[in-house]
Amino acid sequence: MALIIDTVATILNTGINVLPVALFLIVFQRLIHRQSNLKVGQLVVGFVFVVIGLGLFLAGLERGLFPLGRLMAEQLTAVSRGENADGLVFWYAYYWVFIFAFAVGFGTTVAEPSLLAVALKANEESGGAIHVWGLRVAVALGVAFGVALGCFRIVTGTPLHWYIIAGYVVLVIQTAFSPKLITALAYDTGGVTTSTVTVPLVAALGLGLAENVPGRDPLLDGFGLIAFASLFPIMSVLAYAQLTALWSRRSRRGSP
Amino acid sequence: MKHFARLCYASIRDLLPIFVVIALFQIIVLERPIQELFALSQGIAFVVLGLTLFVYGLELALFPIGEALAYALAERGSLSLLVAFAFLLGFGTTIAEPALIAVAGEASEAAAAAGAILPSTDAKSAYAVGLRVVVAVAVGTALVIGVLRIVLGWSLIKMIMGGYAIAVAITFLAPPETIGIAYDSGGVTTSTVTVPLVAAFGVGLASALGGRNPMTDGFGLIALASLTPMLFVMGYGMITAWL
Repeated sequence: MALIIDTVATILNTGINVLPVALFLIVFQRLIHRQSNLKVGQLVVGFVFVVIGLGLFLAGLERGLFPLGRLMAEQLTAVSRGENADGLVFWYAYYWVFIFAFAVGFGTTVAEPSLLAVALKANEESGGAIHVWGLRVAVALGVAFGVALGCFRIVTGTPLHWYIIAGYVVLVIQTAFSPKLITALAYDTGGVTTSTVTVPLVAALGLGLAENVPGRDPLLDGFGLIAFASLFPIMSVLAYAQLTALWSRRSRRGSP
Repeated sequence: MKHFARLCYASIRDLLPIFVVIALFQIIVLERPIQELFALSQGIAFVVLGLTLFVYGLELALFPIGEALAYALAERGSLSLLVAFAFLLGFGTTIAEPALIAVAGEASEAAAAAGAILPSTDAKSAYAVGLRVVVAVAVGTALVIGVLRIVLGWSLIKMIMGGYAIAVAITFLAPPETIGIAYDSGGVTTSTVTVPLVAAFGVGLASALGGRNPMTDGFGLIALASLTPMLFVMGYGMITAWL
């Protein structure tokens, strides 16, 4: 019963959230694009689906993905207790956390449909020089490394901005040397990789980790996993583009 | 109905890698079954069903209007109208973004637990809504800058480099408790609702203007939309701390 009341409340709340967007689109559409072939009935049905779907999704997050991410953080830190008498944390005791983070990052990204679409487009644009699987694996490795490094940062409690600054410096150098066509694509993949189901799970993992590792504060240390998961794929895609350019140059030189 | 089944399969496929990895770790590393398995799977079923209905509704209503509008506006070529539409598109899609609603909620819980805000429901929801509005304004602004860039032919690389340099500089001035959320909000904003509409808008604009390459000019809006939320959230944190 509580479940039903909760869900209905969430759906009503969502309706209030989505209403301005719906109104804005309909008004703008009436003003600009009068000769529309869209039926009002279709619009209303569509928005009802959006509201109910979003409400169910959010209610499900509270009961499914958030607890699951927290649970994994709790259980994985429990199997890897590692602090000495002074309360200092040995980061390497948490190796299962890092392996788990890597696996989740890689698995969710390789299977991401929007990434496949981008990879196909890039393959077409580059005339086959960029392989679909090569790009997918490059992005997935970037996300996996990003999430794992983010967990390392939470465990050690080192400041987020040093990692980000170092990352940006590497990015600037890479961008200066990368083929122009791939640059916009690389920067966009950073935004595309983090899907609607991955983000809540990864966010809950980070917060759960900060709650369970001694001496960490969720608000100060618990965030940053998603930032890393968006930053590192840009680097790995640029690196992959440079490697393919290098390989094609070498093979051209090798076969005159 | 067939279409609905395909979407349902797509949501399950999104979740499948997460299940496989978690199941492997439960069996091999933790060697214990998950407690409360029923409650968790109930929640997961809600996530699958909700995401399916959500995307189905988007494809039925939101995407056709959004795309038609983007093309119609791009063809009209009135810059002030384009800019107004770009801002509203960015703001509207971000406010409705499910991942942002979720993360803003988690952030408000963390802020309340740390004592940064009062632990009441009102204070938490005000914090979450405030965060979402700031991010939405940031994405709206990003699209305005992106449209001006496409129309006027500014260099994307220089803007992104400059933006990241500003982000790094602001980090040293921003209150520490906003930094993590700010950096994360950049990645969260660009998701289910925003990416398809914004990409359609960018590609439509670049092809309607002519003399532009949709590949290099149409892209880049997403990159800008993941950059500005960092700046705006840290800026917002600085202003509220200063007041």
